[in-house]
Amino acid sequence: MSNAMLLEVEDLSVSFDGFKAIDDLNFYVERNELRVVIGPNGAGKTTLLDLICGKTRATSGKINFRNRDLTKLSEHQIVHAGVGRKFQTPSIYENLTVRHNLELSSPGGRTVLSSLFFRRTDKLVDRVNEIAETIYLVDQLDMSAGLLSHGQKQWLEIGMLLIQDPELLMLDEPVAGMSVPEREATAALLNRIKENRAVIVIEHDMDFVKDIGHKVTVLHQGKILAEGPMDKIQNDERVIEVYLGH
Amino acid sequence: MNRLLKAFGGASGLTQIGVLAVVLMIVLPVTTDLFHLNLFGKYLTYTFVAVGLVLCWGYGGILSLGQGVFFGLGGYCMAMFLKLEASTPEATKIQTTPGIPDFMDWNQITALPWFWQPFHSFGFTLFAIVAVPAVFAWVIGYAMFKRRVGGVYFAIITQAIATIMTILIVGQQGYTGGINGITDLRTLMGWDIRTDSAQYILYFACCAALVLCLLISAFVLNSRFGRLLIAMRDQEDRVRFSGYDVANMKVFVFVLASVFAAIGGAFFTLQVGFMSPTFVGAVASIEMVVFCAVGGRLSVVGAAVGAFAVSWAKTNLSDSFPQVWPVVMGALFIGVVMFFPRGMAGLVADYLPRLWRKRATRKPAAPAGTAVSSTRKPPAGAPQEQHS
Repeated sequence: MSNAMLLEVEDLSVSFDGFKAIDDLNFYVERNELRVVIGPNGAGKTTLLDLICGKTRATSGKINFRNRDLTKLSEHQIVHAGVGRKFQTPSIYENLTVRHNLELSSPGGRTVLSSLFFRRTDKLVDRVNEIAETIYLVDQLDMSAGLLSHGQKQWLEIGMLLIQDPELLMLDEPVAGMSVPEREATAALLNRIKENRAVIVIEHDMDFVKDIGHKVTVLHQGKILAEGPMDKIQNDERVIEVYLGH
Repeated sequence: MNRLLKAFGGASGLTQIGVLAVVLMIVLPVTTDLFHLNLFGKYLTYTFVAVGLVLCWGYGGILSLGQGVFFGLGGYCMAMFLKLEASTPEATKIQTTPGIPDFMDWNQITALPWFWQPFHSFGFTLFAIVAVPAVFAWVIGYAMFKRRVGGVYFAIITQAIATIMTILIVGQQGYTGGINGITDLRTLMGWDIRTDSAQYILYFACCAALVLCLLISAFVLNSRFGRLLIAMRDQEDRVRFSGYDVANMKVFVFVLASVFAAIGGAFFTLQVGFMSPTFVGAVASIEMVVFCAVGGRLSVVGAAVGAFAVSWAKTNLSDSFPQVWPVVMGALFIGVVMFFPRGMAGLVADYLPRLWRKRATRKPAAPAGTAVSSTRKPPAGAPQEQHS
């Protein structure tokens, strides 16, 4: 594959006690691409993200990201390589303020010693404000993150990834449990942050997918069932049968 | 100056440490006799362990039920030095082999074992008091945290290590003094530690060391590392997937807590005059967790006061009702965990400002910077960040 691809997943398989959650998968993401991954429950969507970010180890296959094989790196090294991942349920530090949530996620001060003697710079303060603005949480910066609404927690976690400026951002169901206005705001947010980076989004909400989707990948039983623009996918008979038709 | 102040938790954090220092170093010595002061000195050595547990357990979420091991390692290192000094050839000339500790002679050992040799040097001993527990904690921590062993499994393993350590010390009595421990300690570099003046000096040295440990804790908790501890406790995966090597962070805080415990152990030996496996085992280790929980596992000063208060209660209660004490302590632990998860420090933080406000009616609430005295009540088991 050419260097134009940011992420190249090749012949990837993982099995859990004989069950193949991902089966010989090939999956490519370009730079500056927003890719939506859809599929029925158990299709392997979350597992795919787990494999890319190192949470689950592949049984076989390769994951090349900027010419590095992610299957050989540990979780934090994968983050350092430029991959950010948001979990399905909002994972934020509820006992810390929004500001501290963002600061802790910023690069720098990631070793024991450097975190002990870490000093907040003006640049970091500006960066935190900038991110807070992007994720609509400027007014909540000094609020305890546990007091945020569900939707705001989702945004905060996205912000915690943005502050790392990852080249690949992976979001697992970012609008689950959101109200309609929140969903629209999230779509606008995604369209803004996809500049200069690739974004992979797992989503069930088809209206949301239409709002943000360029290219859609449909997973089914650990394999790619179809891939292409949204309107083409919507009319694909196999996709309608296993997923959209329900 | 301002920045320095902030690095240690701001004015409110330092005030707490200052008040404690004044009580320990001025109020207690002035108001009590030497017998009681020496007793307080003994309690004080437990506070080091409790302070370490605040960092490791309260903030880091790593419950160690084996802190007695590190208390013991520090204490034994100090005791080995003192014992060698007390075992001069002249003082031990009635032994079969003069010049070695008496218990070795009783156990038919005829030469000083190799690992006892370096403890002739006081410099080495001071180094060992910190280094031996640090290396041991590092090995345990590295082996477990790299394999992602945590939570209740970590607690059980550390408790097992404490038990194993006791068995080892008791079993190897020729090298360790066995169940009696290392006793009959007299001088520190020629200075008799049993005299009244020495007791006073050691008490003050112990207080000073405690204040130093409290300042180090305040610094750690107010750094980015301190917030990371809270973050790891609440959302370990999020920290890992934000680019941190979580295991390294945990190893560090566990080692730091262990070094604190060892310093306490060394002062125990100096002030009480012996060290024995009783302070190493599972029971002693769990007692130390109770100290920390009762005082408040999110407040270093609270935990120090808790260690002090519970030990005091133990001395008084177990003298008059020895059978009742274990039950009381168990009930205390369960009660605190269920009803006051933040311990005495939490009660003070919740109720003191309320009393304050009753007096000065309708004054604005405490500014956001002093979260310690805020009345906001977090859900049980999910204590709030203290130093924002």
